[in-house]
Amino acid sequence: MATAPGRFARELAGLDLAGLAARGLAATDADVRTALHRDRPGLEDLAVLLSPAATRDLESLAARAREATLQRFGRAVRLFAPLYVSNACLSTCTYCGFAKGLPIARRTLTVDEVEAEARRLTDRGFRHLLLVSGEHRVEVSADHLVAVVERLRTFVPSLALETQTWSDDTYARLVDAGADGVVHYQETYDRERYAEVHAAGWKRDFDRRLASTERAAEAGVRRLGLGALLGLAPDWRADVLAVAAHAAFLVKRYWRTEVTVALPRIKPSASGYQPQAPVGDAEFVQALCALRLFEPEAGIVLSTREPAVLRDGLVRIAVTHMSAGSSTEPGGYGAPGEATGQFAISDERSPAEVAAMLSAAGYEPVFRDALPLYEVRSGRS
Amino acid sequence: MDDVLVIAGREFRSRLLVGTGKFSAHAVMRAALLACGAEIVTVALRRVDLDAARREGDLLTYVPPGLTLLPNTSGAVDAGEAVRLARLGRAATGTGWVKLEVTPDPRTLAPDPIETLRAAEALVADGFTVLPYCSADPVLCRRLEEAGCATVMPLGAWIGSNRGLRTRDALEAIVDAAGVPVVVDAGLGVPSDAAEAMELGAAAVLVNTAIAVAEDPVAMARAFALGTEAGRLGYLAGRGTVGGATGAVASSPLTGFLGGL
Repeated sequence: MATAPGRFARELAGLDLAGLAARGLAATDADVRTALHRDRPGLEDLAVLLSPAATRDLESLAARAREATLQRFGRAVRLFAPLYVSNACLSTCTYCGFAKGLPIARRTLTVDEVEAEARRLTDRGFRHLLLVSGEHRVEVSADHLVAVVERLRTFVPSLALETQTWSDDTYARLVDAGADGVVHYQETYDRERYAEVHAAGWKRDFDRRLASTERAAEAGVRRLGLGALLGLAPDWRADVLAVAAHAAFLVKRYWRTEVTVALPRIKPSASGYQPQAPVGDAEFVQALCALRLFEPEAGIVLSTREPAVLRDGLVRIAVTHMSAGSSTEPGGYGAPGEATGQFAISDERSPAEVAAMLSAAGYEPVFRDALPLYEVRSGRS
Repeated sequence: MDDVLVIAGREFRSRLLVGTGKFSAHAVMRAALLACGAEIVTVALRRVDLDAARREGDLLTYVPPGLTLLPNTSGAVDAGEAVRLARLGRAATGTGWVKLEVTPDPRTLAPDPIETLRAAEALVADGFTVLPYCSADPVLCRRLEEAGCATVMPLGAWIGSNRGLRTRDALEAIVDAAGVPVVVDAGLGVPSDAAEAMELGAAAVLVNTAIAVAEDPVAMARAFALGTEAGRLGYLAGRGTVGGATGAVASSPLTGFLGGL
């Protein structure tokens, strides 16, 4: 049975983002200049900043984004590492290398194995880990994830999760165990396209997924990660507008929750999926700059999906959080090659090399910026 | 002229306190601290490893020796967290001084006045020397003083905004009433903002973003030191009254008719 639309889904239904994106396409150079200098750009301005006219003046957009990023985040970039707990999956998403039924080497790490991977990452300096898994409610149960968080919390101050969505008290249990962040990318906010690419499994339920960020916020999660998978929907601009509207909604409604945004682009994987509408590099940079101006306080996350040259350029403009030295396969830090990764990474530099790049660019690589939450957090009430 | 700042019985020559976030490198932060002669430096406990064994290369190791370390509780969202974090910080750093920050709203990083007061009461009772970051609210500042805080640290504008003294009227009332040093914290964007805060009678200012994100942080640190000093001297020198915008001594357009009687 499909989940009833959540709060943001109801707001989204009234927004006509496709129409807004279409009107934005006709923006003139003068419209772009006006939007660029707006103190607090709205969705209409954002549509203008995503227009071809704004692509032509990308340097000005980047300069404004850089100012906003520096003021809010300073000359510092937070580093984190993904830790893949499992690639088992019961959902069939046509673009994903973990999709159910794909003939890949599957593996789910035990709590001991996750700890061993986490210790390898803390040895490399990381204090912020993102636990990632496919959607398999038996192999990667809530109990298993809670046990993992309880094991890691004594030596990893910041733990976020990117797993299946939950409709029960799992978010609250994870928060109680010491997790501080949850990441749920909607992939696309275009319902029709969403239904096409999510063929089966829980992830097929658009509203369940969209409302999960609200459930997580209500459970006391401190940081929520949002995003759209660019290349999935025919109109990437409408998806960027939706991510922005979603972030703005959450910031307003759940004012205690910090929001980060990301716009991953589809990469080659075991799925063999070819993006319908690939997003070019200039448009990708443009989208991140526009998001920065729309929501100056939101962290922007960039993974190793993107090549080094793009990552190095974007930390000077808009990106505030980066992964480094990533493996997308369960157990991949200790024993690479035993399981299949989710997608091919492009930036294969080590964490130390990425840190050195940041220093050379005039940015402090920040490995630690978190309270030891399990030690200091107050009981939820 | 012997003009010292006294906080909790300890004397300081410098009235510029500096934060350590947002710098491009620890070494730049250190150079800025040395350039401005700051004697009190605040460090976010969330940025340092509380386990000394893992602290190699950590922010704390770059703080020049001899400075008064002021650990802060940034990231705490309520009183309970701030108090527990302060205790962990005291155990790890050995100082009982704490800059209390309780900021549940990640957007403005505005301090929660209610939770800040609660945490201040608990920390004072626990023997801490408490310097609370707080809203520019004269009543709250009185309450924090009554709770036993060593200073009050009202904001000039939102943290990191570089917008200057947006709370000027409230700051004047706070300075007027305070029995503890008033340290204007947050929002100072340029050295003249520091001078303005000192001219209106603040005991000190705390600056971080404006120094850290300047093109030349070391030069900006020095400039803030000079701005702070100039403002302090101006305050001590005693300013003249401010003339009206329309001219010097007005005639008497309303009562002039009396002369014709």
